[in-house]
Amino acid sequence: MKSLSEIDTTSKRASRAAGFSWGVSEEIGKSIRLLELFGFQGVKTLNQYYETKPNQKFENLNLINEKNISENNSFCPITLGVNFLDQIRSIEKFKVITFNKVAFPLLMLPFLSRSSEIIGKKINVKFDQIEFLLNLNVNISSNILNQSCPISAENIVVSILENEDNFSEQEWKSLYKLSEDTFVEETDSLKEGAAGAGLTDND
Amino acid sequence: MQVQLRDPNIIMKLSRLGSFHQSRLSFLRSFLDEFKDWEYKNDLFDLDENGFGTAIYSFKKKERVYSLICFANKISDEERSDRVIATKWDAAFTLHDGIPSKRDIERLKNEVPKQEVGRLSYKELTLSRANKSVRVFNHVVESLSKGQQPDLDLLSKVGYLYRTTAVYGSGKFGLADRFRIKNREEINGPFRLEMMLVYLVRQFTFDQVNHVAKFKNPKTAVKLDSSICKNLGIGNSTGLGMAPFIVNHPTLLNNWIMSREIALKEIREIKKVNENEIKIFNNSLKNSIKNITTWNTDSEYQLKKIKSLLDNIQKFLIFIEKEFNFEIEYPFNEMYLWLEKNSCEECTEYVVSMMLEPFDRIVKPLISKMSSDEDQYFTIPTYRTVEDLRNIIEKRYPDILKINFEKKENNKNFWFISKNKEEPRYADRFEENGSELEQPLAIARDIKKLYEVLLVSKNSLTIDKFLIENSDLRHVVRRAFIIEKFPYSEIQDNTIGEEVIPIDMLRLKLSFFGALKFDPRSDKWLRICMFQGAPLPIDLKNFDQQWVYNS
Repeated sequence: MKSLSEIDTTSKRASRAAGFSWGVSEEIGKSIRLLELFGFQGVKTLNQYYETKPNQKFENLNLINEKNISENNSFCPITLGVNFLDQIRSIEKFKVITFNKVAFPLLMLPFLSRSSEIIGKKINVKFDQIEFLLNLNVNISSNILNQSCPISAENIVVSILENEDNFSEQEWKSLYKLSEDTFVEETDSLKEGAAGAGLTDND
Repeated sequence: MQVQLRDPNIIMKLSRLGSFHQSRLSFLRSFLDEFKDWEYKNDLFDLDENGFGTAIYSFKKKERVYSLICFANKISDEERSDRVIATKWDAAFTLHDGIPSKRDIERLKNEVPKQEVGRLSYKELTLSRANKSVRVFNHVVESLSKGQQPDLDLLSKVGYLYRTTAVYGSGKFGLADRFRIKNREEINGPFRLEMMLVYLVRQFTFDQVNHVAKFKNPKTAVKLDSSICKNLGIGNSTGLGMAPFIVNHPTLLNNWIMSREIALKEIREIKKVNENEIKIFNNSLKNSIKNITTWNTDSEYQLKKIKSLLDNIQKFLIFIEKEFNFEIEYPFNEMYLWLEKNSCEECTEYVVSMMLEPFDRIVKPLISKMSSDEDQYFTIPTYRTVEDLRNIIEKRYPDILKINFEKKENNKNFWFISKNKEEPRYADRFEENGSELEQPLAIARDIKKLYEVLLVSKNSLTIDKFLIENSDLRHVVRRAFIIEKFPYSEIQDNTIGEEVIPIDMLRLKLSFFGALKFDPRSDKWLRICMFQGAPLPIDLKNFDQQWVYNS
């Protein structure tokens, strides 16, 4: 088994060899490490991308907008990912960001995952029937675990989720009520003796 | 009185970093402190009459066990090489997490002797190999087998029976990644497990030499005297592989240097020192002279440094004995100021190391701050502006900005990774091929380049937008934001200039390891000795903290 450190270093060097700057290659090393740590096929997908890259043109998306459309080629997932990460504070306000076509979309996910940590909000990524939930860079949930991610995606919708409960008030109340069974009913004597503060606080 | 931390622009120069010495903060010393109350055991010693076979040593505390597995193999003299191109060694080692099963041992027997071309697993933590100092090893075997102790002069000239030629950890060749073990309390300090491996290897070398001597002549053989063992360490041959490490781990480098600087600052701020503290300082200083006078090297560069160190230390000793009074207020501050005025860099840093000796109360809390969670500082704060970044560079890299990289001598060398051994190398860009594949280790040059681009960029431009057009500078943009928070994270010198001495970078790292007797064999590799004078594992429960000087 390869260690994550080996995966990081080799991905970084391969990315430099594939033409990215050292700084971006460092980002890619960390990203592939993250994908593999979270159980996704990072090494396999990066390899496929670099095999395709010499023969296929990809669009570099530099400035991220609410709607991002490439007329001809698919967006490069690395340039898109790096710029998404760099610009996250200014694009957070869009709430929903779309990309009409992205090559090897799995490769952009780690950058979005790190963006999720920066803004402290979960990010949802959807295309076709596939869905990813990026949880503040702690993990990535998906409905394609143990399956290959498509090598291209159309109409990708990235939603920045507001921090909201994903349960109803009633569900919370019900659970809270149960938790109250661990509390002790306070008698007068406990009220006087068991708390730290005095009974007269206006002295 | 408040003393300022020393200026990184002075301390982080290569000549200063290359003058650092081991200290109370050194990793091998903090390792011994941490593991002194662990149970040490030799679990297996299955060597044949020539000393070839398998041995296992362990440290245990509660449910946690670390096991060193040693494989000693027969190699011919022609095969023995300290260079990284070697493929066979007298012995190979791995530190296993837990108690190895028979299956583990069989697996490792096949992989560990192959070193870089073998595969380890997440159950192994560190990996190393070592070669005998044949001259010393054979002499010791010969002497012991005849019932005599070996010639101490010969032993003191070399200082060890074996020398390691690499110690790997942190995920190399399939070893466990650091993140798997980083929350363990006992390894809350850099290179703890690498230190453990080297320390247990030292014990293996004594056991092996005794074993071979006994088989050579069972009737007359004696064991190597434990006081002689104590004065032997483990040698190490180190090449350029270590140099990029300190460039590639800026926050870690900062935390090492910062700990030393905080310790020095706090010691200089002590108003009155007590008798015991004075005694420890004086004894350490006087006893340490032996480590200088027995420092053997053929390197003219190092001989010059040793001579200067010795001359300056003698001058300092006279000052301490005849002119200095510990009764004054802030005595260590006065002493430090005298050193800065009257002493060479090597002597100043040597005495700074001595100053740390009496003050465990200051030093010990700093040891746990010497690691770094590097990922935490990886993301570039892209909401900041060009103006912010330019101000950081002007403040943190003042001398680097003065270097003219148009001049050939300032842009002479390049760092690269060799294809055959995947190891860092250093070469003249105007005479050798390959500079187009240069590694991103010319930080000074790239920072200067970044600065020049910033000068013509709009002040209010945010870094996310700046990076769109300047992706090639991303690696140094990241570093500049790191140095803003970590002032000692960067070497304040040009690492590709004509004048650079790469072993200064190795020396810095090795001093933090706790190495003694740096012996440069060229400007690119050197030999050192580790654990010389250290307590033996059976004596760990209660040992002299100043063993480095008192052995």
